[in-house]
Amino acid sequence: MIYNIPYIAVVALIMIGLYAVVFKRNLIKIVIGILLIENGVNLFLITLAFRQDSIAPIYRGTGSRLMSLPVPHALTLTSIVIGVAVLALMLSLIIHIYRHYGTLDARKIGREEE
Amino acid sequence: MNIIDDIILHSPALIVAIPLLGAFLTPLISKINDKVRNVFVISIVLFTSAIVLLLANDIYSACGKIHTYVFGGTAAITEGGFAVRILFEVDGLNIFMAIITTILAISGVIYSWAFMKENTGLDKYYTLYLLMIAGMFGMILTGDMFNFFVFLEITSIASCALIAFWTSKGKAVDAGFKYIVISAIGALFILFAIAILYGQYNALNMAVLASNIQFSFLDKIALVILISGLAMKAGIVPMHMWLPDAYGRAPASVTLILVGVTQASLYGALRMIFTVYGGKLTTTINQIGDVNIDLNLLLGIFIVGLALVTIFIGVLMALKENNFKRMIAFAAVAEIGYIILAIGAALTTVFSATDPRTGIMALKGGIFHILNDALDIGLLFLVAGAIYYATKETSLNRLGGLARNMKYTTIFFLIGLLAVSGMPPMNGFASKLMIYESTYQVNPILSIIAILCSILLLAVFVKVFHSAFLGPKLPKFDNVKEVPKSMLLAMGIIACIIIFIGLFPDLVVNNIVQPAVNALTNNSNYINNVIGGI
Amino acid sequence: MSGMSRIVKTITNVAFPFVMIYGLYVIAHGHLTPGGGFQGGAVVASGLAMILVAYGSIWVVGKVKEKHLSVLESLGAIGFISLAFFGILLVYLYSSFEGTFFSNFLIGQDTIPIFNEIGKGLANINTAGIIPLMNFAVGLKVIAGLFVIVLVMAYSTRIKEGK
Repeated sequence: MIYNIPYIAVVALIMIGLYAVVFKRNLIKIVIGILLIENGVNLFLITLAFRQDSIAPIYRGTGSRLMSLPVPHALTLTSIVIGVAVLALMLSLIIHIYRHYGTLDARKIGREEE
Repeated sequence: MNIIDDIILHSPALIVAIPLLGAFLTPLISKINDKVRNVFVISIVLFTSAIVLLLANDIYSACGKIHTYVFGGTAAITEGGFAVRILFEVDGLNIFMAIITTILAISGVIYSWAFMKENTGLDKYYTLYLLMIAGMFGMILTGDMFNFFVFLEITSIASCALIAFWTSKGKAVDAGFKYIVISAIGALFILFAIAILYGQYNALNMAVLASNIQFSFLDKIALVILISGLAMKAGIVPMHMWLPDAYGRAPASVTLILVGVTQASLYGALRMIFTVYGGKLTTTINQIGDVNIDLNLLLGIFIVGLALVTIFIGVLMALKENNFKRMIAFAAVAEIGYIILAIGAALTTVFSATDPRTGIMALKGGIFHILNDALDIGLLFLVAGAIYYATKETSLNRLGGLARNMKYTTIFFLIGLLAVSGMPPMNGFASKLMIYESTYQVNPILSIIAILCSILLLAVFVKVFHSAFLGPKLPKFDNVKEVPKSMLLAMGIIACIIIFIGLFPDLVVNNIVQPAVNALTNNSNYINNVIGGI
Repeated sequence: MSGMSRIVKTITNVAFPFVMIYGLYVIAHGHLTPGGGFQGGAVVASGLAMILVAYGSIWVVGKVKEKHLSVLESLGAIGFISLAFFGILLVYLYSSFEGTFFSNFLIGQDTIPIFNEIGKGLANINTAGIIPLMNFAVGLKVIAGLFVIVLVMAYSTRIKEGK
């Protein structure tokens, strides 16, 4: 059971994130929802890499001790980097939206006649 | 050593790396001069295209040839048996998609010269444009699941920034935000599925995964998440809400590439279904009486259902839409429906041991239609952009009589109209006929619905043609002139290819589409190319 | 955003060098310890963001120009990708060399003399061939990129706050 807690956390994070994206109307909250999904997926990758009693995968006189798997760490890192880029882009778009419409309510933006 | 051989050897890496290098050099070069920058960007794209053609020549030289390129090493699998190296694996399908991307990239970059001339911040525009092209090539050529995700994200970040390029318009920014939300969620779904697969098989390589896949319960979940993520990116109906906004608000030169991005996502779905899961798709999952319900049948019926909804909603929304570009965008949704209709029909029959010919035919039609759809919809968007450039008007109610002032644009629109609605002399007819024939064998109702929707599509575009181009000359459009030469050249390139394919469909089907179909249906070749080389 | 109080500025002045050193350390030791170009760059960029918060975006924009930062960012990216290109191009300099894109051409080969002595062995600073160089390039790009994002966001939202 104790080893399943991270997976439960993953599912909970993704579900909360999806809930925020689907039901919330404030754009900032939608962005937070996307970040929650992303963190859930990252946590999932990190959990996959975990081995009990393992050490960080650095090559320095470790003898025969078990190392945790480095590939998912690299994947997570890449995913975090991409997440930063997406976050910056979304926030800058939100700044522009706020300038145009003076609101962050998803129901009130993009409704004007051309 | 011969330099051409060297280029072909390294071509999969160069195709991605040269636009990437060009993208990062563009901000520096645009400090010199605008014209130098434009020439630089066009030459980068032309150089990349030349490499794509060299590689295509190499791939098509032998039947079933696969070019595997391993980054930072020679063997795909390291000594300990770990498949951790990133590799690009180019077979018939990859190179087919790369050729489509090439055509779109060349005409898009030529079109941009005049179309974007009056805007500021063009150094960033061209940087993002090249990044988007590089990301698309990466998505198309890669043989690694995680790499696919990375390039998908590169493409969606660059294209989102380009959709919102006209930040002075609120709706463009809104469309960009919608696009980034959907594509970020879609990409995270794909990453989640990749993580599930990685957790089970300890590999990210598509070929290694395909050889190991067991089709456990988790694999099914991963397949569902993968397909839904890619469907979000491809704009299949329940997830299509971003597409009309994004296509409609972006600059026309960007929309052209966005069409290609959608196709690249479809390519991803094809690759995942047919190659990664291909070996196990015929697993029987349920039995009703004596009939085995195989997985491919279930998946095929599901995809066909999605496709019918996509076609219907695309066409119906296009009928009622008043904005020129949004209407073409809904037509694009419908066209994607045709592609996945063919894929779904193929899935139900292509694995049958007795008679796979119907499935092969459907697959051929679907893949051929990917090319035709990119060209037709792309041409229509370029025409819409030309009209916007000349009149600054997108609403169909306020347009009229443009044929008198814009002769060439009218001709190009007519070509696009005939092609997109599947009229005989154009390329759309060839592929749609294949789709009708093969879906008729699967179930006659499918092809009847497809034909009816195609006729409705013709009605939509005839309405546009009438209201925008025909009729009396409106006084406010007296000063409207024909668009600049570079835009005409870009539209001309696509129109020539459309007519060429329309006149000689056999040539294209036999030489380009057939290798792609072979690559899809024969996934053991793809696997052996990596695994066999230990 | 205008500047904050004198206390914040003083603390920032004290903490800033340490943050910088730590970030640069993480970049330089990316191949030996957890970290690398992005992580170290993010640390350095957060130090710069601290300056931005303490002194205000108007003061910082007076010192640093956005276009200079974007040139730096381009240079970082070009450095990264040209290191990858060297893996292909080196075959024209040394005909014995065989490499692909992203080949680690500095490790385990004797064609470039200066990297031979220190290039072998465990846990030394110079053991990973081109990976530290790539870390530096990525670090440069991340520092410039993240800082320009924060700077532009702070500077462009400043007008609203004045009202």
